[in-house]
Amino acid sequence: MNGTKLSANQSNRDAETPPLEKGGSGDFPTPADSGTPANPPRPPFEKGGSTSTEDAGILIEGLRKRYGAGDTAVDALKDVNMRVAPGEVVGLVGPSGSGKSTLLKCLGAVIEPSAGRMTLGGETIYDNAWKTRDLRALRRDRIGFVFQAPYLIPFLDVTDNVALLPMLSGRPNGEARRRAVELLEALDVAHRAKAQPSQLSGGEQQRVSIARALANQPPVILADEPTAPLDSERALGVMRILNQMASQYRTAIIVVTHDEKIIPTFKRIYHIRDGRTYEEAGEGRAL
Amino acid sequence: MISLAGRDILHSWAKFVFTGVGLGLLIGVTLTMAGVYRGMVDDAKVLLENSGADLWVVQKDTLGPYAEPSSLRDDIYRNLLGLPGVAAAANVTYLTMQVRRGDSDVRAMVVGITPGQPGEPGYLVAGRQLTRGHYEAVADVKTGFALGEVVRIRRHDYSVVGLTRRMVSSGGDPMLFIPLKDAQEAQFLKDNEAIRNDRARTAANPALNRPGVPGLLDAIQASQSSNHNVNTVLVRAAAGYAPETVAQEIRRWKHLQAYTRAQMEEILVAKLIATSARQIAMFLVILAIVSAAIVAFIIYTMTLGKIREIAVLKLIGTKSRTIAGMILQQALGLGLIGFAVGKVAATFWAPAFPKYVLLTPEDALRGFVAVMLICALASTLAIRAALRVDPATAIGG
Repeated sequence: MNGTKLSANQSNRDAETPPLEKGGSGDFPTPADSGTPANPPRPPFEKGGSTSTEDAGILIEGLRKRYGAGDTAVDALKDVNMRVAPGEVVGLVGPSGSGKSTLLKCLGAVIEPSAGRMTLGGETIYDNAWKTRDLRALRRDRIGFVFQAPYLIPFLDVTDNVALLPMLSGRPNGEARRRAVELLEALDVAHRAKAQPSQLSGGEQQRVSIARALANQPPVILADEPTAPLDSERALGVMRILNQMASQYRTAIIVVTHDEKIIPTFKRIYHIRDGRTYEEAGEGRAL
Repeated sequence: MISLAGRDILHSWAKFVFTGVGLGLLIGVTLTMAGVYRGMVDDAKVLLENSGADLWVVQKDTLGPYAEPSSLRDDIYRNLLGLPGVAAAANVTYLTMQVRRGDSDVRAMVVGITPGQPGEPGYLVAGRQLTRGHYEAVADVKTGFALGEVVRIRRHDYSVVGLTRRMVSSGGDPMLFIPLKDAQEAQFLKDNEAIRNDRARTAANPALNRPGVPGLLDAIQASQSSNHNVNTVLVRAAAGYAPETVAQEIRRWKHLQAYTRAQMEEILVAKLIATSARQIAMFLVILAIVSAAIVAFIIYTMTLGKIREIAVLKLIGTKSRTIAGMILQQALGLGLIGFAVGKVAATFWAPAFPKYVLLTPEDALRGFVAVMLICALASTLAIRAALRVDPATAIGG
């Protein structure tokens, strides 16, 4: 199945997410608030449905990435097209060397694509060239990362691991920590708020890393095999949390995974093979 | 914003403290080396100050008596006393030798002085000054001699009647003051066998033992067994006379070299101690380089141990200068711990050194600034490594 080609325009995501430039009220919605957000949750994108970019949390069109030049050039991404609606969690699966990591790095603004267009949270960040020079601020304010291993900062306690991101964005320490505690409560790890990462179980660490990814309320979260080191129960628990958070915060989430345990939980899955994406409907098994 | 460096130090405080202590001992050695140099300079100044002299009159064209040998006849001081502006003049001899103390011996500079005249110790910490003409001694406390102790110089015993301090030679040997005549004798006194041998040689020399010249041989032998030379004459200028003016008079009329205190200080510090100072400076440079290498190595390895965390920090949007600041602060923190340990260590072990070690607040301040600069410099390697970390490495694949 070929990925659906989409057109990109500004979406209404700007209304609820802070722009790249620091500003706004600095308030974070609490989990309680998020049940009745200003913009009510939209239904997940349905295959063959509207392709309006106004609904898109993530929109990728014709993305290409070539490493090297001349005879030694390698096309890691040949034609990638994806669309993830706000509040939707999609899977990205593919064999080794298929381009998953390259796609994630392009989406994460850590390597530059060769061509194509990327829109995150309604804002076009790449259109054959980066649209902003401050990629660091783009990653900090618009993208949340969840890694295979939690990679928490070992010398910060749980609260500060989560609060670090808002602090880096210039928010006052107190406000950042309040935000962290709210997220930790939402993820049911508030009781470990003062613990060091090394004192947490694998599942707790992963929940904290999800809280960190949500700390700046990004429109997009990129999760790189977040359940790989976990057993089935915990892996499904993480997926439950990701779905809850996506729904509560209207966040578009891409989960790169090989994990057979969680693949049936996706309603939509993008397969990537030889640098091309293919979309298919998932089982959407209840969590 | 929280202090990432502070949190990391607190998180691995044992590593920081142990590393800081190791570095601190090195810094302590560095501060002590500087203190040894300061001590040598101070010893020289105190030596001149405590001698109570304004001028050092020595053999012409020499830098005596400390930097070069100087020999003067011991009646010259009388001529100097006749010059205008000279309030007091006294002969002094210097001879570094081993002084017997029971079964052991102590290296000391034996100084022959005239009691009550320039050259005697400026002050005593116990006992009294020399009062008798023979066989009494005043010792610097660094000799380890006690009041009433009997020490042997050549073939004579001397009672220690007084103790002074901070009277050491430029080589660091503590001084032992004895009467001038004894010191002159000690310089030339030979054992009985050597005396008999010399007398026989002189008697066998027809040029010195001429027939028909009675008393010649006795006179020659008497002159050979006595010594009327001294190393310097210390002069105290009269009130109202500038030492330099008096020195010019002595140079002009007596064909001798006369040094003022400032000139003598220059000779001691710039010439006599210069080689030691260069030696110490070399040590300081090497220690600084070693310290920098240690700090650089430690900070670098600590940074390499956090490559993944640094990649994550960069990926989530941490500014490069925040990461560089974290590493710099850690290096400075290490330097701060090291300096504190080094300063305390140097303060504790300095009195145990045989030579005077002078730790000045100014040197401590300079040392602190140098340590901070070295640490900042040493952190650049680690900062460079951290800034090269690709945030993409946080993402698998």
